[in-house]
Amino acid sequence: MIKKKTPRERRIILKHADDPNYSNRIQCYQREGGYKMLSRALKMKPEEIGEEVLKSGVRGRGGAGFPAGMKWKFLDRKSGKPIYLICNADESEPGTFKDRQIIYKDPHQLIEGMMIAAYAIQAKQAFIYIRAEFFEGARILEQAIDEAKKKAFCGNDILGSGYSCDLVVHRGAGAYICGEETGLIESLEGKRPNPRIKPPYFPAVLGLYQCPTIVNNVETLCNVKHIMEMGGDEFAKIGKPNNTGTRIWCVSGQVRNPGYFEFECGALTLGEMIFDVCGGLMPGRSLKAVIPGGSSAKVLRADERFSGKLKDGTEFDWGIEDIPLDFDGPMAAGSMSGSGGIIVMDDTVDVVQAMANINAFYAHESCGQCTPCREGCLWMRKITKRMCAGDAREEDADLLLSVANQIEGRTICAFGEAAAWPTQSFVSKFRDDFIEKAKTGKPEAKEPLQLI
Amino acid sequence: MQLTKETLRKIEEVIPRYPEKRSAALMVIHLVQDELGSISNETCVWIAEKLDLQPINIQELITFYPMLRQTPWGKTHVRVCRTLPCALRGSYATCQKLESKLGVKEGHVRDDGEYSLEFMECLADCGEGPVVMVDEETYENIDEKEAEKLADLLLKDKLEKSTEFTSYEDALVSAPVKIRKISPRKRK
Ligand SMILES: Cc1cc2nc3c(=O)[nH]c(=O)nc-3n(C[C@H](O)[C@H](O)[C@H](O)COP(=O)(O)O)c2cc1C
Ligand code: SF4
Ligand code: FES
Repeated sequence: MIKKKTPRERRIILKHADDPNYSNRIQCYQREGGYKMLSRALKMKPEEIGEEVLKSGVRGRGGAGFPAGMKWKFLDRKSGKPIYLICNADESEPGTFKDRQIIYKDPHQLIEGMMIAAYAIQAKQAFIYIRAEFFEGARILEQAIDEAKKKAFCGNDILGSGYSCDLVVHRGAGAYICGEETGLIESLEGKRPNPRIKPPYFPAVLGLYQCPTIVNNVETLCNVKHIMEMGGDEFAKIGKPNNTGTRIWCVSGQVRNPGYFEFECGALTLGEMIFDVCGGLMPGRSLKAVIPGGSSAKVLRADERFSGKLKDGTEFDWGIEDIPLDFDGPMAAGSMSGSGGIIVMDDTVDVVQAMANINAFYAHESCGQCTPCREGCLWMRKITKRMCAGDAREEDADLLLSVANQIEGRTICAFGEAAAWPTQSFVSKFRDDFIEKAKTGKPEAKEPLQLI
Repeated sequence: MQLTKETLRKIEEVIPRYPEKRSAALMVIHLVQDELGSISNETCVWIAEKLDLQPINIQELITFYPMLRQTPWGKTHVRVCRTLPCALRGSYATCQKLESKLGVKEGHVRDDGEYSLEFMECLADCGEGPVVMVDEETYENIDEKEAEKLADLLLKDKLEKSTEFTSYEDALVSAPVKIRKISPRKRK
């Protein structure tokens, strides 16, 4: 889908992506000044690049929002082992479809960002781990790498600098857990993608082949190029303090014009996104709930009030529409901006069915290593599915909560939380709907939309 | 087991890309599966030998990853996204429509081996759901009604040339790379 820029957007990463005169070939990228930054960067000291990225304050776009510059600092350089760079292009968090746009429409931007990052951390080799469902995406990347290699933008002796770094496209095979960085690393090593036990907390210490490794999201790595072009301090002026740069938000579900939109962090609120940018809800509907950061984020109820104190001390009292779209806004509202996938549900949605749909996802995708996750996800799916089949019991709400609470904090990887948070938030915020299911005994007839 | 020269060449090319041979496992499996449609026990042993591994090291991958197969899908494989954003826009009805039109139950291959249908988890195109993939092409906004039309064209083998449906891949501004639009096993 080609999505033209909407008036208020500020497109940096997606600047050219949907331009009818722009393609994913290297000629177009170079016409727009592509790879010039790489050649400048190669003349800098690697540490200088790291400093700029640190100054920019750019936070990871993959889900956790961890500052990229800081992550790079954790690299174990003393061991003398080779360093690896991995681009996480697994994009599998439900509700997220931003990396796809970059890979398919502007792959060279990613390659330039990666090569600058690789030089900065002095990586010996770089990988792009792409989900296997992006068949054409993998071919586009391979073609782009070939084009870049021919012009010495990657591979041996890049632009005569003496620095060499090969870039390899690696395809997954349909498993969500390969998005988790240690699962991804196991998968790249040719094993089952079972996430690794922490510590070490960061692959920067021990990663691929037990060597220091940096894993960054596609969007994060593209940002590296723009940070270097602008300078870290200039980049930090975009957006808000601690929420720098732009973000590509993906809106899906029941809005009139869903899509992906790039905005400066904090440039608009959730309400403006849904009602102005996305044209609001379908005629005659009202808002029921929003999941703000991919299906793993806690759901927000349309009539909830969110109040408290922000990190800088200012007090806030928001309705759902007032939540600022940046990293800290959804976090302050008790959820997270995660991968930027905003899923909108209107009043025709049966929340128990929505819950059952989400639970089916996590039950399908658990890697199975940890008993609480493997069994818990399965039971949450079974219980919600039974509830939707007309056999709900009043105690189900509490039962679901108790299962979810036994997963959270008791697992090897953050998938446990990702699976528990939806259930915890749906059940506690929509308790009445879950109880109602038991009282009416049957699936509600008024709901023609099947979600499970 | 017989692989074409082209596939064998690609396998030889992929292995040395990695610092350790075992890392090439998924890529080699993909290449073999693209040609043969699935990975049999015999094939497992062959791949393992190629990578200096034990057959179980390949078997454990085939049995874990959803997209790796021990039995082949149909000649045309249709995937429908099941996850919440697509479901909110009607993907369950889409899947049921395709089941009845193509004459195959979800998760199965039609008796004559022509079509197979699979409900998948999020295909990362949620803004244009319901999302349907026909082999390697992604079709967007395929609600129940569109599914009926899409299936009709597919059954007449006219989907690829139809102007009514343009896949995400075909809508890209540049000429798509498409080295292989139809999987090689179909071409034979
Ligand atoms: C269950 C799970 C799934 C994840 N899936 C993805 C994914 O699909 N893409 C991604 O970039 N990060 C994903 N992550 C986050 C990665 O583990 C990692 O934090 C990220 O790639 C780091 O990149 P960043 O710092 O640039 O955000 C996932 C994490 C978890 C726990
Ligand atoms: S939490 Fe779940 S997905 Fe993560 S390692 Fe444990 S079983 Fe696997
Ligand atoms: S939910 Fe269908 S593509 Fe994401």
